[in-house]
Amino acid sequence: MSKYLVLIFQDGAAKQSEGEAMSAPYQEFQQRRGASLLGGAALQPPSTATSIRRDGAGGFSVTDGPFAESKETLGGYYLIEAGDLDEALEIAKEVPAGIGVEVRPVRMVS
Amino acid sequence: MPQAASSEVAAAVADAHRREWAFVLAATLRVAGDIDTAEEAVQDAYASALSTWGPRGIPKNPGAWLTVTARRRALDLHRRVATAQRALPMLLTPEESRDEPGRDSEDIPDDRLRLIFTCCHPALAMDAQVALTLRLLCGLSTAEVARAFLLPEATMAARITRAKKKIAAAHIPYRVPAASELRERLDGVLSVVYLVYTTGHTAPSGADLMRRDLAERGLELARMLRTLLPADRDVAGLLALVVLTDARRDARLDDHRELVLMENQDRSKWDRPAIGEGVALLREALNARPPGRFALMAAIAAVHDESESWSGTDWQEILGLYDLLMETWPSPVIQLNRAIALGFAVGPAEGLAELDALGSEPQLARYPYLAAARADFLTRLGRSGEARVAFEEALILTDNETERRYLRTRLDELAG
Repeated sequence: MSKYLVLIFQDGAAKQSEGEAMSAPYQEFQQRRGASLLGGAALQPPSTATSIRRDGAGGFSVTDGPFAESKETLGGYYLIEAGDLDEALEIAKEVPAGIGVEVRPVRMVS
Repeated sequence: MPQAASSEVAAAVADAHRREWAFVLAATLRVAGDIDTAEEAVQDAYASALSTWGPRGIPKNPGAWLTVTARRRALDLHRRVATAQRALPMLLTPEESRDEPGRDSEDIPDDRLRLIFTCCHPALAMDAQVALTLRLLCGLSTAEVARAFLLPEATMAARITRAKKKIAAAHIPYRVPAASELRERLDGVLSVVYLVYTTGHTAPSGADLMRRDLAERGLELARMLRTLLPADRDVAGLLALVVLTDARRDARLDDHRELVLMENQDRSKWDRPAIGEGVALLREALNARPPGRFALMAAIAAVHDESESWSGTDWQEILGLYDLLMETWPSPVIQLNRAIALGFAVGPAEGLAELDALGSEPQLARYPYLAAARADFLTRLGRSGEARVAFEEALILTDNETERRYLRTRLDELAG
């Protein structure tokens, strides 16, 4: 089995309400695919992000905002387990994401 | 086995390279676990064939001999490198040695279909799918693949390495897709094979109109798919299209290697047996309801192939087939071809109006055949000033030297 990170992208303009219960499509997805889900979370909007860059001289530069500005923003993620990429893509297609998802294999470090 | 002369051995190995490479590699990949080890083992097996087939004689079944040798070699290579030291994860768990077949084993499973689906996986970029297919299924070296696409070898090597790394790191499976996914995935495979063929049939750039070697590889791949999926109608449709298009190859250049459009081709040079084969395949492909896009394109090719002359071409039939294509597989290129058919079915003015409507289509902005088709209809309508501008535009967009010479000749004729 291999692990994959499924990054959930949504339109940056989409409203996210604080404390709102998980939407029904996500609840259904998690129930259906529970056996493959190792973890996951929904994120606060990018306006709440803080980026830390190494300044190359041993220090840090801390700035307001996400690392890369784009129209599509990272809204959450799942860590999943699948036999191969085809299975991972099949699971990822079921994530009710606003725009879509990116599937990244997790690097195995020995 | 009797001894064999070195020239015989060289010919037998070359023949086995062309015919058996995909089979041997696909079977070896199963025990090797990763593509690089499998390729190394298969190359070693071919090298050892060159040195041992002379004294020991050429085996009755060269493919089986090569597979057994390559699989043994893969297991050796595999044992030498402990799994923990591997830079990349395995494509699949190598099979245990109990599955190692005997020397005269005839029951080596045919894994070529798995290999095709891995090479043409949609998670790989299209150009990488094409490169991997030529390298792993046709046995072309990286230098040969680079030459086929007129790219520097280093660029092609990087492309192939990157694709192999993704296959290993993302665990792209070595498997024929499940029935639920098969149609969609097979369409991707057929697109890759068709792209290999068309790139050879009319080279996008370079001095020659055709790159026969690449076109022949495309034809061989289509035939391989037909062998592996004999009952599949889309596969029959693709092979029909390739065979029916390829039947006209010898008439496309004159004695001075200049381009001859279908309108002026010597139809006695068309390959009649190939047309017969293609039409039989097409009948089979058209049994599908609704017919697939390759079958429809093959049907258009068949109307041309079976027509005795350009003036006798059944343009209404061709137009109807393009309409069917537009219903299920709409694309600007199909629309362009439909407009050309309309120009011959109804009249150049009507064709030109349709072509002009495509002028704002972003996908055709750099497509030379739109300007060339406009130039042709404008010439037929006697509007030479506008035709000249269109020919000049087509010349700017065309990179194939033979096509450029043709366009220049048409342009010069306008001036006279």
